[in-house]
Amino acid sequence: MKCIKQEISFTLNGGAVCVDVPVTTDTLTMLRDRLKLTGTKYGCGEGECGACTILVDGVAVNACLMFAVDCHGRELTTIEGVQTEDGLSTMQRAFVSCGATQCGFCTPGLIMQGTSLLNRSPDISVEQIKRGIEGNLCRCTGYHKVIDAIATALDSNRSAPKEHS
Amino acid sequence: MANVERYEAPESLPELTQILAEGPATMFAGGTDVVPQMRVGARPVRPTLININRLADLRGISESNGVVRIGGLTSVADILDCAFLKQVASVVVQAADCFASGQVRNAATLGGNICNASPAGDMIIPLLVLDAEVELASWRNACVARRRMPLCDFFTGPGKTCIEDAEVLAAVQFPVPKPHTVGRFRKFGTRPALDIAVVSVGLAGVKENGCFKDARVAFGAVAPTPIRGRNTEAALVHVELDGDRISDIAQVAEQEVSPISDVRASAWYRTHLIRELMERMLHEVHQTRD
Repeated sequence: MKCIKQEISFTLNGGAVCVDVPVTTDTLTMLRDRLKLTGTKYGCGEGECGACTILVDGVAVNACLMFAVDCHGRELTTIEGVQTEDGLSTMQRAFVSCGATQCGFCTPGLIMQGTSLLNRSPDISVEQIKRGIEGNLCRCTGYHKVIDAIATALDSNRSAPKEHS
Repeated sequence: MANVERYEAPESLPELTQILAEGPATMFAGGTDVVPQMRVGARPVRPTLININRLADLRGISESNGVVRIGGLTSVADILDCAFLKQVASVVVQAADCFASGQVRNAATLGGNICNASPAGDMIIPLLVLDAEVELASWRNACVARRRMPLCDFFTGPGKTCIEDAEVLAAVQFPVPKPHTVGRFRKFGTRPALDIAVVSVGLAGVKENGCFKDARVAFGAVAPTPIRGRNTEAALVHVELDGDRISDIAQVAEQEVSPISDVRASAWYRTHLIRELMERMLHEVHQTRD
């Protein structure tokens, strides 16, 4: 199949990006092969595993199911963009301290999905965390440490303002 | 194989329908079905690719004059989060809650799920039991023309609908359910998330004094299209529910469906599940106060 290209511009991890992409290309392929951001993983290519989870305008989606041309004018955050000036983000630090990574392949997707849960509602139950990561497969951890990590990040986010007051 | 020669991202319905009128096009919104289908060659490639995700006026949930209207581009996540729908038509929200995963719900649209026309399509079953209509828009005589048809007449086979090449599904609408309406959606799969339903069952009707005054039943993944269970509806109305009657009604449901065997389940198992889900659903509804 031959396919025309389209020039698109969007914000990627805080910086402006302008690229031309074949119009049928998906966002994951653009991120990994064209923009060389390989932190976002290709697992299944069908939206089943969540390894390619990114934030688009702050909302978690599967990059493998999104047309790259639809990124035009939008704001993308990948795993490469979640750390802050102080270093790792709250969610990243919680994954480290809870030992929630093993082989690490699902980790970027889980951290992005965890970050979106944290952004969406600061007060969620363990049950809601479990429901929240339904779209992310992990074959190593058995999920317990992942759930612990997200709960820990939520806790430290809740207590953070108090520390400063 | 055809090539993609043109890409458009219209921002209004007049703009979109005029592009559709110019020749064969593939539309996408969330991309959750179209991207993987194109990747494996399961969807024929048309010369024009249209990104309809930027049409703000096809997004949103509203109510006026006793009719609920959901724009075709409303995401499944927006339906799940809608307090108004939760209150008046919870059966739609129940289906949204077991739709795929959080990431897919954020991108997938109601119109996309309907037009993909899977016999197992999760959002179709609750809309069938709410007597929904689809509104199809196209460009005719220099303006946007709209036609409506009942959702139950929209599907013609797996992946096939009555929609014409130059049409887009603009909205779905259904009457605001009457007071004392109960609605239930259940789907069966090997895990709660991201599963294509082995079978699914929907029920909605007005229940007063332990008895359904009217009822609509729909089944998913038991026929080439999602279907209404008319015999089950007839067996259910004006009957005082008790254990024996519930068992009888579930048997009618079982006899009404004729599923196929495929990779997800055998015909026998699907038939058995319809009876089981129907029976459990009716027991649950029976035990719930009107």
